[in-house]
Amino acid sequence: MSDLTERSGGEDTTADPAAPAAAPGPQPAAVDPRLLVREKGLAGYVDDFARRVRGGELGSLPVIIGLIVIAVVFQFKNSNFLSADSLANIGVYTSGLGIMAVGIVFVLLLGEIDLSVGSVAGVGAAVWAVLSTTHGVGDGLAVLIAVVVGIGIGALHGFFFAKVGVPAFVVTLAGFLGWSGLQIWLMGKEGSINTPGGSVVEKLTGYYFEDKAAAYGLALVAVLAYAGSLLLSARRRRAAALPSRPLGEILLRTGVVAVLAFAVAYVLNEPAGARGLPLALVLFLAVLVIADYVVRRTTYGRQIFAVGGNAEAARRAGINVTRIRISVFAVSGMLAAFGGLFIASLSGGATKNLGAGNTLMNVIAAAVIGGTSLFGGRGKVWSALLGMLVIQSIQQGLNLLGMASEIQNMITGAVLLAAVVIDSISRRTQKTAGRT
Amino acid sequence: MSAPPVLALRGISKRFGAVQALTDVTLEIHPGEVVALVGDNGAGKSTLVKTISGVHPVDDGAIEWEGRPVRITRPHDAQDLGVATVYQDLALCDNLDVVANLYLGNELRTAGILDEIAMEKRAKELLDTLSIRIPSVRIPVASLSGGQRQVVAIARALIGDPKVVILDEPTAALGVEQTAQVLDLVERLRERNLATILISHNMADVQAVADRVAVLRLGRNNGVFDVADTSHEEIIAAITGASDNAVTRRKARTDQVRKEDAR
Repeated sequence: MSDLTERSGGEDTTADPAAPAAAPGPQPAAVDPRLLVREKGLAGYVDDFARRVRGGELGSLPVIIGLIVIAVVFQFKNSNFLSADSLANIGVYTSGLGIMAVGIVFVLLLGEIDLSVGSVAGVGAAVWAVLSTTHGVGDGLAVLIAVVVGIGIGALHGFFFAKVGVPAFVVTLAGFLGWSGLQIWLMGKEGSINTPGGSVVEKLTGYYFEDKAAAYGLALVAVLAYAGSLLLSARRRRAAALPSRPLGEILLRTGVVAVLAFAVAYVLNEPAGARGLPLALVLFLAVLVIADYVVRRTTYGRQIFAVGGNAEAARRAGINVTRIRISVFAVSGMLAAFGGLFIASLSGGATKNLGAGNTLMNVIAAAVIGGTSLFGGRGKVWSALLGMLVIQSIQQGLNLLGMASEIQNMITGAVLLAAVVIDSISRRTQKTAGRT
Repeated sequence: MSAPPVLALRGISKRFGAVQALTDVTLEIHPGEVVALVGDNGAGKSTLVKTISGVHPVDDGAIEWEGRPVRITRPHDAQDLGVATVYQDLALCDNLDVVANLYLGNELRTAGILDEIAMEKRAKELLDTLSIRIPSVRIPVASLSGGQRQVVAIARALIGDPKVVILDEPTAALGVEQTAQVLDLVERLRERNLATILISHNMADVQAVADRVAVLRLGRNNGVFDVADTSHEEIIAAITGASDNAVTRRKARTDQVRKEDAR
């Protein structure tokens, strides 16, 4: 009873800005530690952060620290690392593999793995090249067919996994071999087809919006959209009497995003030799934004998380687990084929070993390094971007230092191992912290 | 109790191959009533519950819903009628937060997009009316205690506004305090005028919250008792068949022989 009166007392004083921070909030959710955090101001954020780290919710923290360390180390070793040219290169080289990594993030959220993405990328590029050069299919149509072939291949993997019950690891390993065979067969004797001049695929990584307004405009749109969505959500939550982000936090977040967005735009536009906003980066960002939206804001995305977390619970909740699994592999195949076209664009054409070698490992490593769990049900689409940035900056930096590729492989391998170790440890901490 | 029962099972039989799992079982449950379903292992409790929740269609017998006969052949039928089942092994996704778990499979949407705000608001209201205390509705279920998870699982069953809630061993894996939380919640369900079927092996729990106890033994009814005027021992006796075994049968026989001798 005294509890009740205390609470209604708290309700009365909330209108008073000078109310002591320790007073219970208007909602019974006053026990919500995150609500208390907001009332305590900056110190509260630090507490909240410490609480999350102890609970194993590291999120993107390790990778952001990693990126800063990489940038500082390489800049110290070679002052060209943070040059406009080098950064723009990272942006363009990231896009193709990054789009493939988004597909891997989907599969990892499901708690599965897709080992075939490299080969599917190769098949996608081969289909496009053969159709558009030898069979005279229109360029755009050939690109579309290549992507649809990717969807079909992914759905086939999904069928064998979800319907027949073959482990995804084995299905996609078979795919890895089989599709690279198909790719080599498609490419024929010559083994390579050069991108025709002026083709859509050439533009994928070759086209730059040279008008400075493009990069700055995109940055401005991104910042406004971000701030707008935060403000709108805060207003709706306040209207529903739910705890919402305070204005200060919204401003801080918007500020960070604005600094980053305009810094990138500046580097792309201003320095000598800068070519403007690359189309590849725009497409990669578009894929990221759409995928992030699907994963976080739609029922479909929620169902992917549910199946990745507890497939049996998802089934009992009426979710069609088979359909989700097949569709996720189809998404992975689609993005792999699309990414393959970017790789073809960068290397000037489709070849019989496009997508072979390190491609698969780099793509999976990017998703995992970016913070998506290998164990399913935890992760963000943006980890594809963060992880790809880490891998690409290491390679770019080591290239600048003139290091051999074998050293690069060893270092990338070590970074991947570190990322998986962090993932495993944070999972264990979450378990122990969870069972209180 | 003069109102018609919300759910009535009459003469239910179910056979799996050579095994007769249920024979002529009858059970009635009224709104605002907690009926405990007890019985030894293999007595048919789970099978009976699965016939109600549509997992196993009945072979024989009638199911009446609010007085009219219905057929339940799929889980979907049961859900449509308003039967919600909370299974023994929790059906929650550890990685999702409380709100997402409560609405899993029934997400609220506006224009095709998840309406997180409406879901969070309604989740809080539901948890408040049930006096459920959890640290936050936005933390992953993994970081809740066993009792809190069970309570969330039960609350989840209420999202679809059911009339009958079936709880399969809700306290089996819980400690003393957590069990008390769940039993409190069962009483809250009764206050909301829901009909609750509680399967339990724990007589203390049954006597704490149930109004009536229906005993199953070897797939048949073995008595329905009012908890208020039945002793613990009588229920145990009905479960184990202590009043119907080799010893009692022999006693009955010898008594009769003695009577005849006396004559």
